[in-house]
Formats: sequence, C-alpha cells, structure tokens
Amino acid sequence: MSIDLATAGGVTLALAPELVLTAWCLIVMLAIAWRHEGEADQRLAAWLSLLGLASTALAVAWLWVGEARPAGLAGAMALDPFRYLSALVFLGGAALTVLLSLGYLGRERIRAPEYYLLILLATLGMLFMGGGADLVVIFLGLELMSVPVYVLAGVNRRSVVGAEAALKYFLLGAFASGFLLYGIALVYGATGTTNLALIGAQASGFGLATNPMALIGLALLLVGFGFKVAAVPFHMWTPDVYDGAPTPITGFMAAAVKAAGFAALVRMLLQAFGGAPAWHEAVWWLAAVTMVAGNLMALAQRALKRLLAYSSIAHAGYLLVAVTSGNEEGAAAFLFYALAYTLMTVGAFAVLAAAGRDGERDVLVEDLNGLASRRPWIAAGMTVFLLSLLGFPGTAGFIGKWYILSSAVEAHQYLLAVVLVLASVISAGFYLPPIMAMYMQPEPSPEAHRGTVLAGAPRLVVALVAAALLVLGVWPNLALDAARDGGAGLRTAVTYTLAR
Amino acid sequence: MAALLTGIGYERWVLDALLVLPLVGAVIVMLRPAAEAKRLALWVAVVEFVVSAGLWWTFEATAAMQFTVARPWIPAWGITYRLGVDGISLFLVLLTTLTMPLAVLGSWTYITERERPYYALMLVLTTGMLGVFVALDLFVFYVFWEIMLVPMYFIIGVWGGARRLYAAIKFFLYTFLGSLLMFVAILIIYVLVGRATGQYSFAYEHLLGNIAVAQPWAFWLFGAFALAFAIKVPMFPFHTWLPDAHVEAPTAGSVILAGILLKMGTYGFLRFAVPFFPDVALHPGVQATVVTLAVVGIVYGALVAMVQPDFKKLIAYSSVSHLGFVMLGIWALTLQSVQGAIVIMLNHGISTGALFFLAGMLYERRHSRDIAAFGGLAKVTPAFAAVLTIVSLSSIGLPGTNGFVGEFLVLVGSFGTYPWATVIATTGVIFAAAYLLWAIQRILFQKLDKKENEGLPDLSARELLVLGPMLACIVWVGVYPAPILRRIEPAAQALIMQVERSADPATTVARGTPDVD
Repeated sequence: MSIDLATAGGVTLALAPELVLTAWCLIVMLAIAWRHEGEADQRLAAWLSLLGLASTALAVAWLWVGEARPAGLAGAMALDPFRYLSALVFLGGAALTVLLSLGYLGRERIRAPEYYLLILLATLGMLFMGGGADLVVIFLGLELMSVPVYVLAGVNRRSVVGAEAALKYFLLGAFASGFLLYGIALVYGATGTTNLALIGAQASGFGLATNPMALIGLALLLVGFGFKVAAVPFHMWTPDVYDGAPTPITGFMAAAVKAAGFAALVRMLLQAFGGAPAWHEAVWWLAAVTMVAGNLMALAQRALKRLLAYSSIAHAGYLLVAVTSGNEEGAAAFLFYALAYTLMTVGAFAVLAAAGRDGERDVLVEDLNGLASRRPWIAAGMTVFLLSLLGFPGTAGFIGKWYILSSAVEAHQYLLAVVLVLASVISAGFYLPPIMAMYMQPEPSPEAHRGTVLAGAPRLVVALVAAALLVLGVWPNLALDAARDGGAGLRTAVTYTLAR
Repeated sequence: MAALLTGIGYERWVLDALLVLPLVGAVIVMLRPAAEAKRLALWVAVVEFVVSAGLWWTFEATAAMQFTVARPWIPAWGITYRLGVDGISLFLVLLTTLTMPLAVLGSWTYITERERPYYALMLVLTTGMLGVFVALDLFVFYVFWEIMLVPMYFIIGVWGGARRLYAAIKFFLYTFLGSLLMFVAILIIYVLVGRATGQYSFAYEHLLGNIAVAQPWAFWLFGAFALAFAIKVPMFPFHTWLPDAHVEAPTAGSVILAGILLKMGTYGFLRFAVPFFPDVALHPGVQATVVTLAVVGIVYGALVAMVQPDFKKLIAYSSVSHLGFVMLGIWALTLQSVQGAIVIMLNHGISTGALFFLAGMLYERRHSRDIAAFGGLAKVTPAFAAVLTIVSLSSIGLPGTNGFVGEFLVLVGSFGTYPWATVIATTGVIFAAAYLLWAIQRILFQKLDKKENEGLPDLSARELLVLGPMLACIVWVGVYPAPILRRIEPAAQALIMQVERSADPATTVARGTPDVD
C-alpha cells in the first residue's frame, strides 16, 4: 500500500506500531497504578506487556506484509523493510527479557511494578530509532530508549553496584547525548535539514564530503553513537554498568539496546552519508580496535557477567565491520547478525541469571564446574549459546559472521575480514573455558548446582532461543531472504530520493 | 555385486545414507539406556561400514566424481549440498568407515563413565569426517571441517588423560586459527569468481574452473589454505598440538586422530590448495619451503620419536614423520608419488591406528604408557607380541606389508623431482626401523624383570576382533595393492594434468615424470 506522509491519516498509519505500543504503555501504567501490591500484580503487568509487544509486532507485520511505501515526499519515519525487521528484533528481544524477568524479580525479591513499563517505553524508543528517517526523530527515540534503561539499571534498590551502574550509565549516557545533539546541530547547519534522505541528496550533489562543518558534525555523531553501542574507545562505562545491572536487564542492554543504536547508525551512515565516504576509514578503525580490544579484555575476565560484557563489546566490533562495508550487503548482514546476536545474548544471560541465584553473587567460570552432570539441559543450552557467540558452524552466529565477512569481502575490506577472524580466534580462548568447566571438570559437591534451576518462563526462553539458534544455523534461508530484503530497502530509499 | 547394487539405486543414496546414518544413530544412543550405548553404537558403525563397502565395487576407475548428490541448501548465497567421491577420497571414506566400528569396539572396556554421550559423539564425529571427504561445495566442506572439531574436543577433554584440558583447548585453538583464515580465503575466492562470472556459487567445480580470476591474490589465498591444512597434517613446525592431543586422548580418540583426522590436512592439499593454486604451489620458493619442511618433519619426527619414554608419544611423533612422506609425495607431483601419498594416507591410518590400539591395550592392563615399565612381554602375552611386531614392521615399511608400498612409491616417484630431499627422506625409513624396533625390543623382549608384568592377560577375543581387520589390511595392501592403485590412478593422473596444465611452465622446476606403464 502507498501511504501519503503529508496527511494526518497517512502519518497515523505509518506510525501504527508505535501508536499501538504507546497505547499499551498507557494500559500497563493504569494497571500498575491500580494494582501494585504483590507478586501476582507484578505478573499481571508482565503478561500485559507481553500482549502489548505481541500486538505491536502484529502492527509491524501488517505494514510489512502490506508493503507500505511512502507516496510523495519522504517523511520523518521510514517505511521500509529495514524498519520492520529491526523493529521485530527489538520486540523479540524485549519479549524475551520480560519472560526472563518473570522468575528473576520474584527470586531476587525486587518489588518494582514499573519495571515492565520501563521495558515497554525503552522498546518504543527503539522503534523510533530503527524507523526514524530524520536525525531529530532518531535523537528522540534514543532518549526515549535511554532514560528508562538508566532507571532499569538501578532498579534493584538494595544493590549498591546497581546504583553505581545506573548513575554511571546516566552520566555517560547524557554526555554521549550531548555529542550526538551537537553533531546533529552542525549537520543541520551545513545542510539546512535533518532529514536523512535530504542530507543524502546533498552529500553527493553539493560536496558535503569536503564541508568541514558537516564533517565535524559527522565525527561528533560517530562519537555519540560510539558511546551508545559501546565501541572502543568509548566503551569504558560498559563493564561496570553491565556488571551492576540486574542480569535480565544486562541482557536487554547488551542485545536490544545495542542493536537499536546500530540500526540508527546504519541507516544514518547509508542514507545520509552514503555519498560521503569520509567515515569509512574512521569506522574501519573503530571496528578493528573494538574487535581486538574487546576480545583481549574479555580474555582476562574470570566472572562470567563481566566476560559477557566485554564479549558484547567485541560483538559491537563485528557489527561495525558490517557498517564499514557500507553496502546493502552490510546492512543485511547487520540485520541478520542483530537477530542472531540478540538471541544468543539473551540466552546466555538467561543461563547466567539461573546460575547467579541468591542476591546476584558473582558467577566465576569455575563456578560452572560439573554443571553438565547435574543439569545437562542447562549446560547444553549454554554450550549452544557460547558456540554461537564464537561463530561456530551449525549455529546462527556462524551464518551471521559469514554474512558480515562476505559483506566486508564484497566491499574489498580483506584486511578487516582477517582482523575479524583473528579476533574470533582470541574469543575461543574465553568462550571455551565455561564449556570446559561445565563438561570436563568434576562437580565440587553434590549440592553445588542444586539451586541452579530454570523453571517456567526462563526455561521456555532458553529452550526457544537455543532451538532458534540451531534452526537459523542450519536452515537460515527465510531469515536471510528477509535480511536481504531489509538491506536492499535502504538503498532503494536513497536512490528514490536522489531520483527526484 | 556392482549390478546388484546399481539395481537398488546405490549410487544415488549412498553418500546421503553415510552422512545421515551416524546422526540418527547418535540420537538413538542418547535416547536409549546407557547400558545399551556401546552395543548400539557398534551396530550403527558396522552398518555404516557395510553400506560404504559397496563403494568398492560400484566405484569406476575414472577421474570423474561419482555418487554425486546436489541439492540446494542456501540458494541466496549459491550454497549447494553437493557431495561426491573420486579416487582421492574413496579410500579415505572407506578408511573412516572401517576405523569407526573398530574404534567403538576398542573403547568397550576403556570408557566406563558417561557412555552415552561418548558413543553419540563418536557417531557425530563419523559424519563430520565423512562430510569433509565427500563435500564438493566449499561452504559445506568448511562446515564439516569445523563441526568435527567439537566432538573431538569433547572426546579429548572429557574422557582424556591427566592433562586433557590443556590438550583439548590447544587442539581446538590451533585448528580454529588455521581454519578461520581459510574461511576468509574461501569467501574471497567466492566473491572474486562470482563477480567475474556473475554466478555466485561455492561449488568446487565452478570455483576450480574460474580460479584464474583470483590470481592476483593467489599467494595469500594459497597461504591461508596451506596454513589450515599444514596445522592439521601436521607439518613441522605446526605439529606441537599433536603429541599433546594424541597422548591425552582416550585410545579410540588417538586412533581416530592419527588414522583419519590428520588425513584431512593432506586431503585438503590434494583437493584444494594444490589444484586451486598450482602456480603458487609450484613456485620454486614455495616448493623449496614445503619440501624442506616435509623432510625436516620426516627426520625430526623420527629422531624425537626415538627418545620418547612414553609409547603413545613415540607413536605420535612417528605420525609427524610419516605424514612428511605424504607431503613430499604430493609436492613431487608424479603419478607414482601422488599414488604413493594416497596409499600412505591409507596405510598410516591402518598401522598407526593399530599401534595406538595396542598402546591402549597395554595401558588398560598396566595403567602405564612408559616403555620402561614393560619388558619381556613376549613370554607373558605371545599373541600381543606377535601382533605388535607385525604392526611395527608394517609401520617401518617392511616389504610385504602395506607400509612398504606407499613409501616405496613416494620415494621412487619423488626421486626424479627432488633427488636430494628424497635421499634424506629415505633415512627416515631407517630411523623408523630404529625407534620402533628398539621400542618393541624394550617392551616385548629383554628380561621379564617386573613383577607386575608377570600376570598380564593376553589379548582377549574382543581385542583380536579389533586388530584382526587391521592385520588383514596390512597383509592385503602389502601383497596385492593393484586393485587399490588402479582405483586411485585416474584421479591422481587428473590432478597432475590439472596442475601442469594451469601452472606456468616457466616457473616450475623441470620434472622427470617416468613412464607410467
């Protein structure tokens, strides 16, 4: 269907998923205002949130299946498969986080009915980031996402490290937003517009590539996004924040929040600055340094949560390789990898949440010793997640890595491809020890893992995610075709604008 | 026989069946009670062997790929599930299917805990190894190449000896490093060929036919493939993972490592690295490097084997030496040397596999692998002594055993191309006699001076059943290798033609190819 974004009706249609999710935010807010006393009330909020996420996904699917395309002028919201696909990834990540939190909050005795509402609000922000075709919309989405996540990081009010994490995240996040906003201002100054497509039209036509104001603006934008996606050297906040936040929220931050930052970055670089290759070299270095440093730092960790935090930095580096490619293959590779990465990260944190029972004590790698003999299914699930993070054949992580590499090779980035695989070799050095601990070490005592239980919703999450990773690893065709579609959509938008 | 098999459509389903059967078996093993695990695994492995045995009769001695299967897998990237067998891979497939039931039988009493996952992993490993040998799509090849790492990693790490964790991760990391660089090389070839021909496909034939477009990068691409394969072979100086992995792995693990996994490296050279980049492979500098490393491996492996106090380690280093012959044979690139290289790959699997079995049997009896812990066993365990002697002689390459055929062919075939290297390599045969004869002298003969050794039981019926087929192969290949050579010849010939056709004659060393007939 063709949607005219100049009319109120058209905008309403184009914003259908966001409006649906907003409505559900209001419903959840009313529900928790009405009932917020006990465990059951918290569960009610969770189930309502899941319903909200599901109906939003339906709205996204409706736009996608209906092949919604803008008629006339390009608006502030994109209508392309890239938006729909990234939205589905965010919604999926949020739904998995909600399911995971169902058991977690009760066990950790966290009474915070607003928890699920905050997840919904953050997800709403992500939808605007993935779909925003205007720097201002992207910025609004970013703030709408970030502020609830600052709160979520410190939602466990009894935890000192949680409070530290929240404050740190807030301060550095606000700082990064400043960079971003300044960058937007400079780009606006240079081009007179904040619309990505219109900037893109100028980038190739009017020598934006040599305009210092635009270039400084672009650099500031890269710094701001670098903070948000935790690229080295803007990653300093990541380990402490990931470590201090409640485990399901850490998964949410490492997966969905990061993917949202990347979605906006990819769209911005391809659509607005596709004709200005100045950023290629900068992102090349960001990618290389992030991959190598992230993996090396992860190698030194003994606590699993910090290990996964650093490894998520390394994965940001892999995604940056897809960005560096700067072609539609790269955008498609990003979409597929974002899906795979969201699944495996949430899965790994789900297992970690189960192992780190009772007041979130640190789980060291050797605390997993002998887990396979007591809890074979949990160990098997964790092995799938770790192998997928490592990029091993048979898992979605492998297909994703292959896609990123092939986009890099397609863009003649041979050296970066080599850096990526060497970084992957380093990563084997820390993804394998937990597997070895689980399978190749004896159980320290029969009681050691008795408390490590996955029941109810978290068990469902682990099973679903592991199965999905294996299916995507062996039969990725549907997801690949969709990702390809999404990547190609970005370029269509550009050519469409340029043609006018 | 061939007519009967053709009648049931054997050519069309055999490779599928060989890959799927062990996986189904693995699932069944996991689902049934632990007590049945080894029996079930043995049945699956035996059926697997029986199914594969038909290849012997239905294989036609031509250079063409046979039993081919091609099904779209990931069409978006031009990936096809494409399998096939030719004279180079035929015997590696048969070696694998023959080794697996013996490996299961050899683990019968050695593995006492967590039997179900052990046997399931063995079966998964079978699929992985066979997949490597029959894949004709580089993506599929890569997937199998990596997949087979996981079961081996667990087999070493869970059921291995005292330093198993170190050995397991070292094995994994070495292989992973090499194979990931190969992964990039495959992608680069794929993109270059795809861009030039407009057809993006990982199919072996397609890439091989259009490899010329990758020539500007040939040196680096060859390097990436060669590194992956050299680590696997292992060529000196990439061999350091091998003694650790072999010694720490359980008996069957060592047998499979030595018997089959090492062959994946030399197979990779024969199938990919050399035919893809003949210019680089035959470049004088590369030639000199590879041949020197091969000869160094032969002599160094033998010398280090000689001083090993640990019997298993001795066998492990002897593998480094034997695989050096294979590399020499491949690079000499005459019909005899290439045939010889393939025959050594087969022989080494049989002889070294048997030696590892024997070492494992000693270990099960005495819980020691120290050569010095034994002595005079010939009196106590005569059958064991007889088998060990025969197998050792075959490993040394005594005429009349299989070992002789391969090494003789390689040495004869290589002499025309690299006379000096061949002369030095020949000393490896002498050293092999020295370290193995000296070892069996210390184990079997001399005085029976240790009390613990006096009551050792001789080989049981099960153990004889494990060793029997290997002994039969040793004698058969040694006495009448003609049917094997006949099946290998066309593929070897085709490989040489392919290389010489595409290699630039100016850069290659003149080679005296002796008359074939």
